[in-house]
Amino acid sequence: MQELKENNVLQPAMPECWNEETKPHKFCPGCGHGIILKALGEVIDELDIKDKIVFGCDIGCSLLSWDFFACDSVQTHHGRTTPVITGMKRANTDIVGIAYMGDGGGYAIGSQHLFNAAVRGEKITIILCNNCNYGMTGGQMAPTTLPGMKTETSPYGRDVEQTGYPTKGPEMVAAVAPEGAYVARGTIANVRQLKGFIKKALENQIAGNGISFVECLSSCPTNWRTNAKQTWEFVEKDMAQYFKVGELRTPQAKEGK
Amino acid sequence: MAEVSLQGEQRVFMTGNEVVAWAAVAAKVDIMYGYPITPQNEIMHYWTRLAPKYGKRFLQTEDEISAGFTMLGGVMTGRKSFTATAGPGNVLMQESAVMAEMMRLPAVYVIQQRGGPSTATVIYAQQELTLTCFGGNGEGHRIVYSTATHQELFDYTLKAFNAAWTYRFPTFVLGDGYQAKMREPLTIYDAESKGVKLVPTEPMVGEFKPGKQFRHLRNTYNTEEELYEVVMANQRDWDAMAPKVVEWFEKDCQDADVVFVCHGVVSRAAMGAIDELRAQGKKVGLFRPITVRPFPEKQLADAVKNAKKVVVAESAYGQLLKMVQVAVCGGKAEIVPMLRPGIGITTEELVEEYNKL
Repeated sequence: MQELKENNVLQPAMPECWNEETKPHKFCPGCGHGIILKALGEVIDELDIKDKIVFGCDIGCSLLSWDFFACDSVQTHHGRTTPVITGMKRANTDIVGIAYMGDGGGYAIGSQHLFNAAVRGEKITIILCNNCNYGMTGGQMAPTTLPGMKTETSPYGRDVEQTGYPTKGPEMVAAVAPEGAYVARGTIANVRQLKGFIKKALENQIAGNGISFVECLSSCPTNWRTNAKQTWEFVEKDMAQYFKVGELRTPQAKEGK
Repeated sequence: MAEVSLQGEQRVFMTGNEVVAWAAVAAKVDIMYGYPITPQNEIMHYWTRLAPKYGKRFLQTEDEISAGFTMLGGVMTGRKSFTATAGPGNVLMQESAVMAEMMRLPAVYVIQQRGGPSTATVIYAQQELTLTCFGGNGEGHRIVYSTATHQELFDYTLKAFNAAWTYRFPTFVLGDGYQAKMREPLTIYDAESKGVKLVPTEPMVGEFKPGKQFRHLRNTYNTEEELYEVVMANQRDWDAMAPKVVEWFEKDCQDADVVFVCHGVVSRAAMGAIDELRAQGKKVGLFRPITVRPFPEKQLADAVKNAKKVVVAESAYGQLLKMVQVAVCGGKAEIVPMLRPGIGITTEELVEEYNKL
């Protein structure tokens, strides 16, 4: 079995840094969090940084990841994960700090923290799960809810005249972060690519270049009230149409060139 | 003027905010997180000047919510951290304070009270007493020292870090705009030269030892019963701790007919009034809680047990009064409120109040 693993024929079922005691995990069936966290876990393994990680999570569905990894972790208040991890990194630069949150925690209640951490170029990695709604509180409209999309607080569909357009977080971070930033948007529909983005984001922090931000397009079949086929269609077509997947900033690319 | 340093002891003439910055140096603080608000700004001004000389750090955050939470991040890595604020900033910092309560984080907050509620003035009040002691969706598991002099600002700022790291409850130094801005003499000192032992810190996360046990910190619970167990464990620790940290000052209370009860700078005016009235042969005393949380309830009840009247004087509308009412409930003394929200109280006014009794 070991030989097969080393030959990359058979991948291990779960990353080594996953905390087996808390598996199976607590997310709803069909939720994208597990996919994102698996990609993150594999990157942590590959970079061999399990003992340097402090993983911080927000309130909302992301808080269910508070004991997900066999790494130090802390769960904070809604929107406050970015400052907590920032505070850690500022106090101890040896830490590899990961702030994990949803679109509410990053783009609504915690937007001032995200914006200012980006402006300051905090040397932390922020991974944000975008599922177009507030999952844990029961499917209300989020900053990322698509135009016309029905939620519990936009029952007739999101009216952009009333509520504005969905927040494009990576575009915002890319626009304000100083040189050295890494900014990307991935999707659970392309895990290989998503994992690559997350890896670069962590490598960027380890290199001490600047802020690293990855938004992950994710799924919420429970609140979307979608079956498997509809769920994937929404992620791959509707979401990807509005939220363009790809790298927005890399530390190698010079601004304005 | 000779350059100030923390070698041994040094007699200095400083503003209160400068004192706090020096006290943080004396406490060997690693990092301050802050956001500008009057009247605490100069704590940051002095800290940012002192910090590089002592190998310390500073982060100016985007708001007080962030200042509070970045500080908690710093504390969790085992680095001695603090912040300072006032008024509306104090309101915003309560969110981090309740997380510190629940997660038992040794956070230190310096509050230089300004006039409130809302934005109010930027000068002086004692209207942040209730907020600082009980602000937030918790049980008020925090230590709050109310200072009166610059010497106390230094001593209790130093003590606040020790208390926080000993008992793992958030700890506040409650000053005010008058203390922050006025200048007076005091002695600053290196802790060791005074025999003050600095309590060592330790990381809660981010400790990179081979084979270490990983740790998961949270403050969300699955059931009411689970929450109950955590809060009750904290309460038991609080109850065990309170008698050890409670502090008060009393003068001439045991034979007094009238006892003034004040905290913070108002008690300085009361000291003058006591001296003046005692010189006239009047039987008056002063009781001053130094820890307003935990409140020295038993000590106050004992101090006023022979008194006919208890005058509660504060620059707020009944915040200290409520605490006094609880402490002396069932006692025979009549409580006489002297409530001046946002306004300073002088020795002359206290004497005048006494003469009206």
